[in-house]
Amino acid sequence: MSSTHAQSDHDDHAQSYYVPAQSHWPIVAAIGLFLLMFGTGNMINEPDSALRWLGVIGFLIIVWMFFGWFGTVAKESMDGLYGEQMDRSFRWGMGWFIFSEVMFFAAFFGALFYVRQLAVPWLAGEGSNAMTHELLWPGFVAEWPLMTTPDAEKFPGPEQTINPWHLPLINTILLVSSSLTLTRAHHALQRDDRLTVTTWLAITLVLGLCFLIIQAEEYVEAYTELGLTLASGIYGGTFFILTGFHGLHVTMGSIILLVMLVRIMKGHFDAKHHFGFEAAAWYWHFVDVVWLGLFLFVYVF
Amino acid sequence: MNDMTQPELMHGHHGPAQGITRWLYTTNHKDIGTLYLWFSFAMFLIGGCMALVIRSELFQPGLQLVQPEFFNQMTTMHGLIMVFGAVMPAFVGLANWMIPLMVGAPDMALPRMNNLGFWILPFAFAMLLSTLLMEGGGPNFGWTFYAPLSTTYAPPSVTFFIFSVHMMGISSIMGAINVIATILNMRAPGMTMMKMPLFVWTWLITAFLLIAVMPVLAGVITMMLMDIHFGTSFFDAGGGGDPVLFQHLFWFFGHPEVYIMILPAFGIISHIVPTFSRKRLFGYASMVYATASIALLSFVVWAHHMFTVGLPLAGELFFMYSTMLIAVPTGVKVFNWVSTMFRGAISFETPMLFAIGFIVLFTIGGFSGLMLAISPADFQYHDTYFVVAHFHYVLVPGAVFSIIAGAYYWLPKWTGHMYNERLGQWHFWLSMIGVNLTFFPMHFIGLAGMPRRIPDYALQFADFNMIASIGGFMFGFSQLLFLYIVIKCIKGGEKAEAKPWEGAEGLEWQVASPAPYHTFAQPPRID
Repeated sequence: MSSTHAQSDHDDHAQSYYVPAQSHWPIVAAIGLFLLMFGTGNMINEPDSALRWLGVIGFLIIVWMFFGWFGTVAKESMDGLYGEQMDRSFRWGMGWFIFSEVMFFAAFFGALFYVRQLAVPWLAGEGSNAMTHELLWPGFVAEWPLMTTPDAEKFPGPEQTINPWHLPLINTILLVSSSLTLTRAHHALQRDDRLTVTTWLAITLVLGLCFLIIQAEEYVEAYTELGLTLASGIYGGTFFILTGFHGLHVTMGSIILLVMLVRIMKGHFDAKHHFGFEAAAWYWHFVDVVWLGLFLFVYVF
Repeated sequence: MNDMTQPELMHGHHGPAQGITRWLYTTNHKDIGTLYLWFSFAMFLIGGCMALVIRSELFQPGLQLVQPEFFNQMTTMHGLIMVFGAVMPAFVGLANWMIPLMVGAPDMALPRMNNLGFWILPFAFAMLLSTLLMEGGGPNFGWTFYAPLSTTYAPPSVTFFIFSVHMMGISSIMGAINVIATILNMRAPGMTMMKMPLFVWTWLITAFLLIAVMPVLAGVITMMLMDIHFGTSFFDAGGGGDPVLFQHLFWFFGHPEVYIMILPAFGIISHIVPTFSRKRLFGYASMVYATASIALLSFVVWAHHMFTVGLPLAGELFFMYSTMLIAVPTGVKVFNWVSTMFRGAISFETPMLFAIGFIVLFTIGGFSGLMLAISPADFQYHDTYFVVAHFHYVLVPGAVFSIIAGAYYWLPKWTGHMYNERLGQWHFWLSMIGVNLTFFPMHFIGLAGMPRRIPDYALQFADFNMIASIGGFMFGFSQLLFLYIVIKCIKGGEKAEAKPWEGAEGLEWQVASPAPYHTFAQPPRID
């Protein structure tokens, strides 16, 4: 079992470091990740292969690992093993992790801007690309959203795009309010007002779930009514990769908030020490900000 | 808590755990550093064998040993393994070993994540290597995996290639977050930012680059996966996408990536040169600012890899000038190293030899980089062996020499023994001659027009190719000597003092050699 003792947790030191002892959770995580990746690869390449089940096993191992590893960390934290320095390490760690997530989305936003501003106009002959246009798809006209793709047989464009002032607007309101309710919960936690924290956190979670349900509804509409699919050219591609990964992040954020709710109800955290909660909140606000970018650049403009 | 072990742990004097679990479960930065370094060396040999397959085939014109399809797999895998499996993990290993020692910390800031960051790698590379045995063969589209070669025309194993690169990215990001948290949060009291050793500074900036660009790589391979299996058209003009978009995204990752592989090298050289010149480093602050400038510039030069794809004129000009600008901070660094040596009491132990070899040969690679940066000239050089010569000069006698130099420099600290200096000198001269024999002729055949990634070539390139192949084998086999020297040094040899190098400075030389399993349980005081 990964142990929970500190190496240099002397009381007589003005400042001492905490170095966690050996743990088996990282190697469990590595094995789980490998099985997930290898199994998913097999599932994609050869859907009938028995190896595809490795992905499921890997996923379950990762879930188990999260309970075990984070459970250990929560326990160590409540045993008072983490000093201020450890707290700062966690803060730096979470902050830079969110920065890496920002860059992940930046890749997709970058792709979106590039195709909208450059690639699609160039295909239609803009700039010095008259010959490209003439030789490849002379009939192609640049527009955004791109409803008619150059090769409309292979990539039939969408029939309609999503009306931003319908479901996406509702989702914007939901997600922005959820950031506000989460902040209220945080303020209540700083006062150690448990009942209020629980209430606002639960409301946040419900708002998050509503968002996901509406997002799912929007996807169903896109596929069944609007002809907007992954295969409907670059508009469909950028639309689904951006909103899809965002939805995935809302899902993860909701799971994290659910864990926080359970921990609050179990009496974890106090008015001063609740970085786990704050990290969850940072993540949620980050997901919210990404949505604002999506709403503007994917739906509205 | 286990009451039996607690008192022992409380005093922090216990050694490593026994058996295999020491390595599997470890949270010790020295253990993890050692794991990274051995893993990287194994990958260096595997990637090296692939290079030797390439050089064997190119020994003579005509196809003699391997099929073109397999040749393509070798060039691709050689590049991927050397970049992601050899050079990057070697630097992470050095960071793990040395950063806590240099900043006076007991360990890395997030030791368990540190362990995970390492243990993902063997799985990722096992999966990558296994693609060679799959139907259709392994990745054959070059280490830059340009679409549509890597999408429309890729072998089925590309799926596993994508997932293994995802795993490497996760590992790198975790490693980088750990380095940043350690440097920003774990420095001993009194060690202000501008007192940090340069290896620490360069790694701080490298870690920032890693966190900024590895996610972009993850994004681009995800888009590849979508294009291949889920019907999207990111890199297919038929759907309104653009294959050039792939190159933009890839090189937005790829150019900072090449600095990820060289900035820590700058740090190592900035330790070794002052030590063996017995002088303080010339221009410490300018070194820090130069490193930061190189890192920032690396975000705005990516399209110099794409001068021939049909960029608008403004793009050609912007990326040409911004690229040339990088020569300024790089020049500052080379100037500072040379100035450090100027009027120093220099001695030429193996680390210093490799460091001087680095300075001279890296500068050659830098200059050929400047030539390539000239957009109109690049139309001639693009995709020729001149490019191969250029990036091997910055990566082999650049990054790899610095890693070897660092290994010799710190081996006494790691093992408690001195390595065999005579053999070290042999290793240096064999490597130095081998590397130049291999890569210098590539400049000539490149300028004469020999394309890269081709298993056969016109007769006029035969002589230089033969020389390059002989040099390649010489360089490759002399690395076995390195392996022997390291193992010999671990097993025994002259006892090393805490500070085996007369001119060395820094906290890492204040702890015993070999460094105890736990160091700096209480922070040292820096004045």
